[in-house]
Amino acid sequence: MSRRKDDAASPSGNDQQTGSGTADDPKAAGGLEKKAGVSRRRFLAGTAGLFGMITVSSCSWDEFFQQNFRRMTREEIDQTLARLQAQYKAKYGKDFVVGAEGPIDGTLFGYALDIQRCIGCRRCVYACVEENNQSRDPQIQYIRVLRFRDGNMDFEESDLYYDPDRVPQEGYYYLPVQCQHCENAPCTKVCPVQATWKEPDGIVVVDYNWCIGCRYCMAACPYMGRWFNWADPVIPAEELNTRTHYLGNRPRFRNIVEKCTFCIQRVRKGRYPACVEVCPVGARKFGNLLDPASEVSRILRDKRVFRLKEELNTQPKFYYFFGL
Amino acid sequence: MVKSAFLASAAKRLVTGPRTYYLWVGLLLVVALTGLAAYSRQVTTGLVVTGLTSYVPWGLYIGNFTFLVGVAAAAVLLIIPAYIYDFGPIKEIVIIGEALAVSALIMVLLFVTADMGRPDRLWHLVPGWGILNLPSSLLGWDIVVVNGYLFLNLFIPGYLLYKAYQMKEPNKSFIIPFILLSIPWAVSIHTVTAFIYNGLASRPFWNASILAPRFLASAFCSGPALIILVYQIIRKYTKFHVKDEALFTIAEIICYAMAINLFLLGAEFFKELYSDTHHLSPLKYLYNGLHGKHALVPWIRTALCFNLIAFLIFLVPATRKNFKTLNIACVMIIIGIWIEKGMGLIVPGFIPAPLGEVWEYSPSPVEILVTLGIWATGMLVFTMILKIIIPIETGDFTKEGGTSSA
Repeated sequence: MSRRKDDAASPSGNDQQTGSGTADDPKAAGGLEKKAGVSRRRFLAGTAGLFGMITVSSCSWDEFFQQNFRRMTREEIDQTLARLQAQYKAKYGKDFVVGAEGPIDGTLFGYALDIQRCIGCRRCVYACVEENNQSRDPQIQYIRVLRFRDGNMDFEESDLYYDPDRVPQEGYYYLPVQCQHCENAPCTKVCPVQATWKEPDGIVVVDYNWCIGCRYCMAACPYMGRWFNWADPVIPAEELNTRTHYLGNRPRFRNIVEKCTFCIQRVRKGRYPACVEVCPVGARKFGNLLDPASEVSRILRDKRVFRLKEELNTQPKFYYFFGL
Repeated sequence: MVKSAFLASAAKRLVTGPRTYYLWVGLLLVVALTGLAAYSRQVTTGLVVTGLTSYVPWGLYIGNFTFLVGVAAAAVLLIIPAYIYDFGPIKEIVIIGEALAVSALIMVLLFVTADMGRPDRLWHLVPGWGILNLPSSLLGWDIVVVNGYLFLNLFIPGYLLYKAYQMKEPNKSFIIPFILLSIPWAVSIHTVTAFIYNGLASRPFWNASILAPRFLASAFCSGPALIILVYQIIRKYTKFHVKDEALFTIAEIICYAMAINLFLLGAEFFKELYSDTHHLSPLKYLYNGLHGKHALVPWIRTALCFNLIAFLIFLVPATRKNFKTLNIACVMIIIGIWIEKGMGLIVPGFIPAPLGEVWEYSPSPVEILVTLGIWATGMLVFTMILKIIIPIETGDFTKEGGTSSA
């Protein structure tokens, strides 16, 4: 049974906390599993919960009948954003900004990561968690940093849970993986309700209020870029980021899928994604692929680049390069 | 008038019966309600109460879903020839097959719903009001074909039985097109279900063209085996008569289907073992364990042994035509295929994960209780349907003798 607890907690990245200020709290995850234990009396009490099914996310009729984001009129979007702000205020006691900034014409976002510079410090992982209001318990982390032995790029032999005193280590290199924002995205194709799609600026997004939680997209993604909220997300109030986007980092709820959005709440306002900003060695580059003068365009021209799993024809807009 | 009389006497039949009937129904109700209670816990807490993880996001529910789609498809495919070539005396057998299909389909829909994170958003799947992502989502297609198949399997026997209740001959030119339609439809439900997994390039274990043919072959083993057992139970407890020859013919079909299934498995083994690429890893994990993880190994080896032994029993006429050995083989084949087309198909698809990690899965108590509850619900539905249709078939339940007990 204790083994099972580990299984449920760790795949959310529990062990990945290495060398960071973020609290590692396996106890909290264990407690959650304990809560999930089976007891007959609890079952009977829980039956009453069935009637609360419609109010699963403490929602109003407006929320229940909310349409798919792409079908909403401007007016409906404004009403929805106002409702969400009120809802978040009531729930977290904070004033949220929930934006819905659209794509900018002539923009196609792309990412380039210098695997020669990356030192495997995982600062991007934690900056991402804080920026994007990811659940701390159960843990969700959009970025996985894989450690490979020199001379090897076999995923099966990579290590996600490396835990040395200092990085980088001699004899290893690091490969961070997150949503690759594929042009030919397998995840959006399989969604039975079009709750996830590729925006005109190339960002793959999820309408959290439309997702039915079937997890087909998670099965379809070759990069493990999608995460499921197995329980109500827990985030300390003081760590909440209140500057949010409807399709991005606004607070989520249980039983829906979420993912990296290139920090849509930032990049559509001309800022860099949090992972780019925090990287201490400048291994992460971001910009407009359609602008020949942008840094990513320059890297694609001047450097040797590769993409993960090209054979699957997913056409990622996430490039790895050799910068030195 | 006729309708309300039919409903009233049908309802009366459902609540009357011998003591074993009450015990059986009572047992199923208890298991089903326990499952419902477990499910309510899942709804109010989240899917964290299951054993599912980001690494293995589908498990016991989707495994059972896949197995039962096969049962539903085979139950009809097997008996379709009976309709076409001999509309008269064999149709009794056919109708029970369709009742089995309906019960299996109800379980299919319940398992998919149980697996959904947000069942309150089911309406998002309704075209127009919501969005059904056709033609691109195979899950969307599956919803279409499963519901269409459910309609056909309710409509066809419903029509025939109502005519029998009224003691009239069915209008063949009206009903035969529907019966013909249900043949390709039965194939389609299992093919589309296979395509759900088959289409995912991220999961090499599923991304092989052999998947859909193997689905059909294995469905022709488990579904008919279930039917052989069900007919024996029915003819023991009711006046309903089924000839031994009919059951032996079904057993012969299972034998061919299992031969094809094993051949296709061999083809799969050859391709993966000989080419020895990374695509071999899921198969290795399943049959032999990978990186020291081997939760599924005893299961799949049991399945393989059961399937092989059952195949031999079905192959040799002496054991095939002996009810003792035949029934053992049927049970073995049902368990074997349930493992192979259930957890043995779904879980290794996710192991190793696309980024190489090996995280195992085992179902949680909540998942197991919900699963048992859904099976109990399916059996309850099947019992109820049989309680009404068997007396109609045997002529005990008509608009004239409507209230006499079966």
